[in-house]
Amino acid sequence: MRTHSHWVLPVSLLVALLLGLLPLPPMLQPLRPYWLALVVAYWVIEDPNRVGLGFAFLVGLLADLSFGSLFGEQALRLLVMAFILQRFRARLRFFPLSQQALAIGGLLLNDRIIVAAVQIVLGKPSLPAMFWLAPLAGMVLWAPVFLLLDALRLGNWRRR
Amino acid sequence: MPPYAGPSAARAGDVAGTLRLLAYLALSVTLIVLDHRGGWLHQARQQAGLVVGPLLAVAGWPGRMAERLRDDAGTLSQLSVENRRLRNELLVNHARMARMTTVAADNARLRDLLDTARRGSLDVQLAPVLDVDLDPTRQRLLLDAGSSDGVRTGQSVIDAGGLLGQVIDVTPMHSTVLLLTDADHAVPVAIARNGVRLVAYGRGRSDTLALASIPLSSDVKVGDMVVTSGLGGRFPPGFPVGEITALRPDESRAFLVGDLRPAAQLDRGRDVLLLRSAPARAPIGPVDANVDPAATGDESGVAATAGQGADGRAAGSNATDQPTTTSTTARAAPGNGAPATEPVNKAANRTTHKPALQPVSKPATQRTTQPRETRR
Repeated sequence: MRTHSHWVLPVSLLVALLLGLLPLPPMLQPLRPYWLALVVAYWVIEDPNRVGLGFAFLVGLLADLSFGSLFGEQALRLLVMAFILQRFRARLRFFPLSQQALAIGGLLLNDRIIVAAVQIVLGKPSLPAMFWLAPLAGMVLWAPVFLLLDALRLGNWRRR
Repeated sequence: MPPYAGPSAARAGDVAGTLRLLAYLALSVTLIVLDHRGGWLHQARQQAGLVVGPLLAVAGWPGRMAERLRDDAGTLSQLSVENRRLRNELLVNHARMARMTTVAADNARLRDLLDTARRGSLDVQLAPVLDVDLDPTRQRLLLDAGSSDGVRTGQSVIDAGGLLGQVIDVTPMHSTVLLLTDADHAVPVAIARNGVRLVAYGRGRSDTLALASIPLSSDVKVGDMVVTSGLGGRFPPGFPVGEITALRPDESRAFLVGDLRPAAQLDRGRDVLLLRSAPARAPIGPVDANVDPAATGDESGVAATAGQGADGRAAGSNATDQPTTTSTTARAAPGNGAPATEPVNKAANRTTHKPALQPVSKPATQRTTQPRETRR
């Protein structure tokens, strides 16, 4: 895999963090997709040599610091997702984009379950019902994110 | 690790990956629990906040832009909606304020009335006005109090400002008041400043009274306060009647005629005071004792001077007839009428043997002090 655009990885992470911090109107707030998960998923699938569990863990800690969430929570979530992606990477790579999106949707749903589990274990108030719709937004956004990052990384639009 | 590793290599990688996963999981769970339990990560987090701050600022920038844009775009509709709402509120508040003003005015008026009654320690009775009849030929009030409430014919009616008129007709439930300003009404008055005695006539208009036949030589000026003189006994002395607003020579050029602005608020208010008796502790002692019988009095005697309503003028002329027979109607012939008023008083002074008039004449000299007090 050619990796002649080294700047794309950090920039994409930074943008994902910013998008996660972007203030949204209260109505859209629960629908905010987990941008960071999409970006990390892309890099885990496309650049496994550089991006692994440790990378996901560190990115998660960074996100925890920026978002002000529980220290380690996002690290845990991204870690689990990265691990599952690594396991199914070989199959996922050759899925058409729509099926990939479905798989990512499943992973995001799993992510939500982890969040809910953490909340319950720690005795925090449970999340609103709208909260479970966020994976849908992430699923829909997977294709554009994937195509955009691919284009930036490879320098041209890939045909799929 | 190559992307397309063989099955065995993949399995070995799987095991290693799982172990690493477990290690990281343990680490993250530890961090979560530590962060949740204790606050020792607080410090680290604060340090991180310094780094994250700019990040947040950058993240917030599009939101602020959007907000500003929305503000600018939505300004017109928002403002118009707000304008409408505020306008409605303004209307409601205006209405509310108008009501408050009315209530406040009512309150002030009632307070005034109360004060009037208390000031002179007058024995008065508050009577609501039922009906007002103000046209040039009739200036009357109908009060919601009658003989069953103790109202009697001839009682003086006052308000916070001064004399209003007198009761001329009483039914069990209602009574009629003839106002000072009725064209048929006249009241003996005196200038508060110096006690010059005059007669004030109604004109049929609620904002003015007439002073007729003022001798040119007498000390009467515009702005003088005019009070009841108590002569004739119908009205107790010392109640403000009005203020002189104009003086001009009459046709004969021998006398002055004056305009008087009534002190009482004849066209305002919803309550009046009925005077049951004269001031109990007025400065002049003997007056009260003697005016009382006159006021409560019989219209029989000389008591009925100028102020007796529809037939008041006849009575008045009777009274003036006593000293000089010349004056038939004081207003029709001011030249004759004017001296007539003067002799009345002289006669009053002279005819001291008459019990009704004797005390009345005394205050005429001392009146200069009395009205001041009632005026405060």
